[in-house]
Amino acid sequence: MTAEVLNQTSQAERERQHKLKDRILCCTVAGCLSAGAEAVRTALQEEVQAQGRSSEIEVCGTGCMGLCCRGPLVRSSAADVVYAEVKPQDARALVNGDQSHFEERVIRPDHPFYAGQRRIILANSGKADPELVVDYLAMGGYQSLLRAATEMVPEEIIAEVKKSGLRGRGGAGYPTGLKWELVARHPSPVRYVICNADEGDPGAFMNRSVLEGDPHRVLEGMAIAGRAVGAQQGYIYARGESPLAIARVKTAIEQARREGLLGGRVFDSTFHFQIDVRIGAGAYVCGEETALIASIEGKRGQPVPRPPYPPESGLWGRPTLINNVETFANIPTIIEKGGDWFASIGAKASPGTKVFALAGRVMRTGLVEVPIGTPLRTILFDLGGGVPAGYEFKAAQTGGPAGGCIPAEYLDLPMDYDSLTRIGTMMGSGGLIVMDTSSCMVDVARFFMEFCMDESCGKCIPCRAGTVQMHDILARMTRGEGHESDFAMLEALSGLLKETSLCGLGLAAPNPVLSTLRHFRNEYDAHVRDRRCPAGSCRIPVATEASA
Amino acid sequence: MSVRTLEVDGKMITAMEGQTIFSAAWDSGIHLPRLCHLGGLSDVGACRLCLVEIEGQKKLQPSCLTKIAENMVVRTNTPALQAHRKLIVELLFAERNHICSVCVLNGACELQDLAAELGVDHIRLKPQYPKLTVDLSHARFGLDHNRCILCTRCVRVCDEVEGAHTWDVAGRGRNSSIIADLGEPWGESASCTSCGKCVQVCPTGALFSKGKTVAEMRKDRSFLRYIVTAREKKLWIA
Repeated sequence: MTAEVLNQTSQAERERQHKLKDRILCCTVAGCLSAGAEAVRTALQEEVQAQGRSSEIEVCGTGCMGLCCRGPLVRSSAADVVYAEVKPQDARALVNGDQSHFEERVIRPDHPFYAGQRRIILANSGKADPELVVDYLAMGGYQSLLRAATEMVPEEIIAEVKKSGLRGRGGAGYPTGLKWELVARHPSPVRYVICNADEGDPGAFMNRSVLEGDPHRVLEGMAIAGRAVGAQQGYIYARGESPLAIARVKTAIEQARREGLLGGRVFDSTFHFQIDVRIGAGAYVCGEETALIASIEGKRGQPVPRPPYPPESGLWGRPTLINNVETFANIPTIIEKGGDWFASIGAKASPGTKVFALAGRVMRTGLVEVPIGTPLRTILFDLGGGVPAGYEFKAAQTGGPAGGCIPAEYLDLPMDYDSLTRIGTMMGSGGLIVMDTSSCMVDVARFFMEFCMDESCGKCIPCRAGTVQMHDILARMTRGEGHESDFAMLEALSGLLKETSLCGLGLAAPNPVLSTLRHFRNEYDAHVRDRRCPAGSCRIPVATEASA
Repeated sequence: MSVRTLEVDGKMITAMEGQTIFSAAWDSGIHLPRLCHLGGLSDVGACRLCLVEIEGQKKLQPSCLTKIAENMVVRTNTPALQAHRKLIVELLFAERNHICSVCVLNGACELQDLAAELGVDHIRLKPQYPKLTVDLSHARFGLDHNRCILCTRCVRVCDEVEGAHTWDVAGRGRNSSIIADLGEPWGESASCTSCGKCVQVCPTGALFSKGKTVAEMRKDRSFLRYIVTAREKKLWIA
């Protein structure tokens, strides 16, 4: 594809869409599909056909519109509203634009859930069909790659990314531009780009939704990265547990290849870039970069000690750039609008937006994208609608099993990398699990420790055996069998894991325990001293005279 | 190769450039504890016993994988490191069924020696008592999973020195186990050459020669010296 063809194709598609009376977009991401979106889409298509309006109304799919708890979601672009909990029998009213039929199921852009959001990564969701490459082109897609491949030299691309201040969205927050530079400066003739899509935190579905809802954005970001660091081959390491994401990405790669947006001589330049998908077999530890590389190489998915870091020696011993899905998804917009524009959004030390997956005890669960530095209160109460009536907010877990919790006293804390680290948790990849007064924090710590215990690869002793012992102690506490001396052992084991484990999984495994001990020591004491669970969720046998 | 000078535990030592802290310290008489490292085999940094403090570095580093540098200041024996090592050994004892009194290697076991050296006289952790099997299908050797600490020395010696790659690790976390080929009984393994290298490198009584009773088996140290240099001298080709 040449620049001319790209512009013509996208312009033609924009004009075609503009002429339509309405474009009805049904969410086709896993959450809404499981709520019956496919049947709704079929009903809508049949209704349009029955009314004989196929030429003026188009029904197609789209990416995640966020309000997953009220799916299936359908958006009418003419009316600019989202209809929630749509059933096949609503098809006629929806096609006719009869909003009164939907009553409180009509969600307008000024709804608190949407009003507080700022969308960069999710910009195309609700607007473009992830399975149609022309839709992405109509939204201005691949224009950034065109610029990167034909107008910019690699140093300029890296300079732009550095200027943007973008930090790794996988959780650690390493400056993306610096990482790119490390790979680009390496003298090796062969380099690789890897997209880490091995999203495995409990309650997290940001990356999966992006891949399912806007796969071309990730491909474009990867190709730009390939151009910047001098790589010709990219890999997307996706989880086998998200077959839809894999299918969408594979379709997108095929479309991009056919259109000449990937492959040899992109936009008639000298730039070649291939992307292939590698599928993980479900080990959480394969999200750790060295284990991920081992897995792509066909080896047992377990980490190896760093250094050397992947930018120096990664896939097949070559310098390798590994970024998260969301990091790549930011790149096309940064190239399009410039690093300075991006740096002006969000917090100063961590610019841009962050997608969070709201889950747990919150009224509106789903995906939200907000500027980094938005206070937790805004996300949970304005966007999320607060905790269920009759309960009080207790804490929110960020960073999954490697992170920690944010108690109520820090509700006004800005959600940025450094503020979160300061209070003993981390940004993580975007999982946000809300807990209220019905959640027991000791049990939460036990749950995450069980997760780490099951997901430890078994290579290093502290993680393999230490997580078992820590889980054992926490499980005993939740059964009301804890002992005062357990605290000292929990702390000793936490220290051991944090200081001696081989990879990030073991190093971070004690975090949920340390964080809950720091903020909710009283709950631990209640379990151990009074044999009582303040939240009432642990089944502790009532002490009798004989057993007390 | 040039000579480098560094400080280990307050003592100035010299070592060749490219040497690891572990081997430099060992050459100077400072013996760091280890269970996964073995001279002549690749290093994996899995046991975490040889971790040391290096001045100017926040994280503890595995000495078996960290190269020496000029003027490096290393501490190998701080109270914090000793506490970690002790806890690691306790974790191993609690993890599987290590009953020294009925073990063929009693009195010559690296895990047992290490426990004695570190002063581990009791285990503060809950023993897990997993139900594990013993593979006696091989004519000359046996594998007792109860005593395995998953150091993977057997995996590496079989792959890197013997070239058979009979052993590997299956499963993950606490369910990891050493398997022959694709999980066959050892005696039925098509790739095993019965060379016995794995038995000699095993630090515990997990891999043993048949026909020995309690505390009777001794690993052949001269054999271990052989594998250290076997690769460079191409001894297995002759």
